[in-house]
Amino acid sequence: VVAVRVIVVGAGEVGTSIADNLAESHDVVVVERDPSVVEDLTYAVDVLPIQGDGTDMAVLREAGIEDADMLIASTDNDEANIVACGTAKTVGDVFTVARVKRRNLLATWRGSEGAFGVDFMVSSDLLTAEAIFRISGVAGARDVDTFAGGLVRMAEFELREDCGMAGQTVQEADRWPALTFAAVFREEAVLVPTGDTRLAGGDRVVVIGSPDSVTEFAEAVAEGETNDARDVVIVGGSEVGFQTARTFEDHGYAPRLVERDPDRARELAEDLPRTTVLQNDATDVDFLEAERVDDADVIVAALSSDERNLLVSMLAERIGVERSVSVVQDPEYVDLFETVGVDVAVNPREETAEEIIRFTRDGATEKVAMLEHDRAEVLEVELDEESALVGRPLSEAVPDLPESIVVGAASRSGTLVTPRGDTVLQAGDHAVLFAETDDVEAIVAVI
Amino acid sequence: VSRDVDWRASVALVGTVVKYLAVTMLVPLVVALVYGDDVLVFVASIAITVGVGLVLEQLDDDPDLGTREALLLVSLSWLAVSVVGTVPYLLAGYGTASTLANPVNALFESTSGFTTTGATVLGEISTDRHSHAVLMWRQLTQWLGGMGIIVLMIAILPELAVNGAQLMQSEAPGPELQKLTPKIVGTARALWLIYFGFTVLYVAILYGLHLAGMAPNMDLYNAVAHGFTTLPTGGFSPEADSIAAFRPIVQWVVIPFMFVAGVNFALFWHVLQGEVRVLLDDPEFRTYAGASAVIAAVLAVLLFGGAAPALGDLGGTTEGVTENSLRQAAFQIASLLNSTGYATADFAKWGTDAQAVLLFAMFIGGSAGSTGGGVKVVRWLVVLKTIRRELFTTANPNTVQPVRLAGVVVDEEAIRGIMAFTLLYVLLLFGSAVVIAVDSARVGYDLTTLEAVSASLATIGNIGPGFGSLGPFGSYLNFSPVSKLLMVFLMWIGRLEIVPVLALVVGGLDRS
Repeated sequence: VVAVRVIVVGAGEVGTSIADNLAESHDVVVVERDPSVVEDLTYAVDVLPIQGDGTDMAVLREAGIEDADMLIASTDNDEANIVACGTAKTVGDVFTVARVKRRNLLATWRGSEGAFGVDFMVSSDLLTAEAIFRISGVAGARDVDTFAGGLVRMAEFELREDCGMAGQTVQEADRWPALTFAAVFREEAVLVPTGDTRLAGGDRVVVIGSPDSVTEFAEAVAEGETNDARDVVIVGGSEVGFQTARTFEDHGYAPRLVERDPDRARELAEDLPRTTVLQNDATDVDFLEAERVDDADVIVAALSSDERNLLVSMLAERIGVERSVSVVQDPEYVDLFETVGVDVAVNPREETAEEIIRFTRDGATEKVAMLEHDRAEVLEVELDEESALVGRPLSEAVPDLPESIVVGAASRSGTLVTPRGDTVLQAGDHAVLFAETDDVEAIVAVI
Repeated sequence: VSRDVDWRASVALVGTVVKYLAVTMLVPLVVALVYGDDVLVFVASIAITVGVGLVLEQLDDDPDLGTREALLLVSLSWLAVSVVGTVPYLLAGYGTASTLANPVNALFESTSGFTTTGATVLGEISTDRHSHAVLMWRQLTQWLGGMGIIVLMIAILPELAVNGAQLMQSEAPGPELQKLTPKIVGTARALWLIYFGFTVLYVAILYGLHLAGMAPNMDLYNAVAHGFTTLPTGGFSPEADSIAAFRPIVQWVVIPFMFVAGVNFALFWHVLQGEVRVLLDDPEFRTYAGASAVIAAVLAVLLFGGAAPALGDLGGTTEGVTENSLRQAAFQIASLLNSTGYATADFAKWGTDAQAVLLFAMFIGGSAGSTGGGVKVVRWLVVLKTIRRELFTTANPNTVQPVRLAGVVVDEEAIRGIMAFTLLYVLLLFGSAVVIAVDSARVGYDLTTLEAVSASLATIGNIGPGFGSLGPFGSYLNFSPVSKLLMVFLMWIGRLEIVPVLALVVGGLDRS
């Protein structure tokens, strides 16, 4: 589906973020119930805001549902989102995306594709939780994502000044056969690394390769930090905090979860059999020391306010927790947080947008991961016969494409192919590419 | 009793229950006709029972049951059937030397029957002393009480189904009612059918052994009589030597059926639906089975080590010491843990070590939804897990930890109810032991501390035999009428799990 006209129902945080993201290349209509939000939206974003209920057929018609290519239901109410999708399906041939909070709805939908008239269902809280889990499992990583059904992993690391790799060239640093240095972010610039590129402290390096090689790379970069974070403390029993604990539980961990409200703590303890729920204020240093939170491998701040998350992360660093991952709702804060001491800031909107954006692209795009606030992307594309990458060695194919492209890895019928200059990709291969966001449209068009 | 209770409605329905009780007396009447003894007793009993029922029914021709009326109905029904159940004993005993000619004794025996306790005041248990029909009636009362008189009534009387869930909850053992089918009538029928099915199977196996020549004295009369008292965890036997009167092979057959009687019958319904896992994964069943096995093993070791000097005296030890130790241990635990009360040996004469094991087992009780008495396995599970939680949170004060049974969170309010029930049970148990001891001293009846406590435990837990002179081959006959009436009360509230009866007295309506 190359979406031209997109209707976004619900202009909450996620809805607005998606609308903003799509507004550049698509016609976006936003349906929102709250008149004051509609008013704000009119001036803030280049979209057409309509005031009304997204489950109301008359409102959807006004938004042009008959001609729409895509409807993204992103209100705070699961049922409303599903009903909006179902309603849209009755009139138009529209690709529907529903955002839900509850995992059981997601499970039902996964169990019978197309259920509720929903073509794609995402849970931003669950996506955030999964991102936190992935990142926690790779020492020192700022971002981690998997591609090609788990065969390929992408990770972004910041090189410390004292890191052994700082000062080496890429050729010297690249000691892993199944790993590709995809990009180096230095200050505001994006460098496409060649063998001669000299790495420096403070560089953010993006590597793509087999999960094992990425893990080994992580060990080399973050000396002394553990890859297998066993002792995990989650602060805040918000929906994200709950889903994070759940995700850790699902992978065999027994995390600790701190929640201040006694009733919510009880509810969490009932729903999380393997998690130890502690009821206290996590900004209480005595409590953190009494519970030996300082021994934790990772602390995840998942409170509902960004400011409190920052406070918790800084406290954690102060008492000596190895690593802090913080949920940051406001994308503006992400960099700031990472500058002042949060090791990794995870933004739920970005995680959700990554999932939804791919449907607005060419149908061959399987997965998208956004880096550095969508300055660059790592995407997985299924190659066909006409693709510019197919049928000739990469050393010939790549120069014809926009400069920023790096083929990081590829998968061929379930096995990993590490691309080098003489590699010839075939139709049906899944290529995992790095590219600057500005070049993505042009690249996707030819491959 | 609270002022707002429409007692007429409850009593009128008690009349209906009593009226239907007359139908069940046809069973001993048939026995009476076969053996040509006490025919008139049962004809008269049926007439009196129907008469009482009809008179009570006149109190309200359109009874309407609310919550309180339902509680009153359940409590009174059990009292009423126990009273009416004395009629055959009194009529048959009139003018003879039978101990049951005494109304207090008759009430004790009848209550002990319906509540599936199995404590007896019969002086001499034998068909020479009492007619086959009277002894069969004694067995039948246990079978009726096992799965529950009210559950049976709900299964057959549509007018009770309206408030059936409330009624069943008040009667069924365990902290909560498990509905199996959308309609409560269906649940009541399913439970009774499973109960009936197990009974038929059991009788068939016992009588089959007799026909095969492996159990000479297990004739049809004995097979049916024991069929009536095994699955309800009753414990009455028309044989003075209880199950010790039969060969080891028979005893081995009895053991699994006693075990089954202590399992939640709702689980068998799931097994019949093909969901065997529901039974195997049930935390209460696993604990019950595990506890039975471990305690029996400990007892077997003690017996093998010589805790029972006169093992050979009873129970036909023909298979050697090992087999005998195993069988005696398995039998006594299967019998006492879930409150059946059969015996194959006079454990009152065993060593202190073995008796202590038995006393411990008696505290456990059957499963919720079984026919067993006592505190119930699931309550002990919750109590233990709650204690563990308390200890844990003492050391880790910030931790929030719900109590779980097989992953399912137990509601805090339910925990409070279970704690209150268990405490009340223990309190009543020891309080009554004191009263029994004092009352016995008053009349000059020589009683040891263990005997007094076991009398209280055996009646409130619906177990039957106690220790000392109250052992499996002993009798409760020598207690004073006051003690016997107290024990009747204990059996009554023990069967209804205390709360419905006390709730009516206190006026509150909470149920653990």
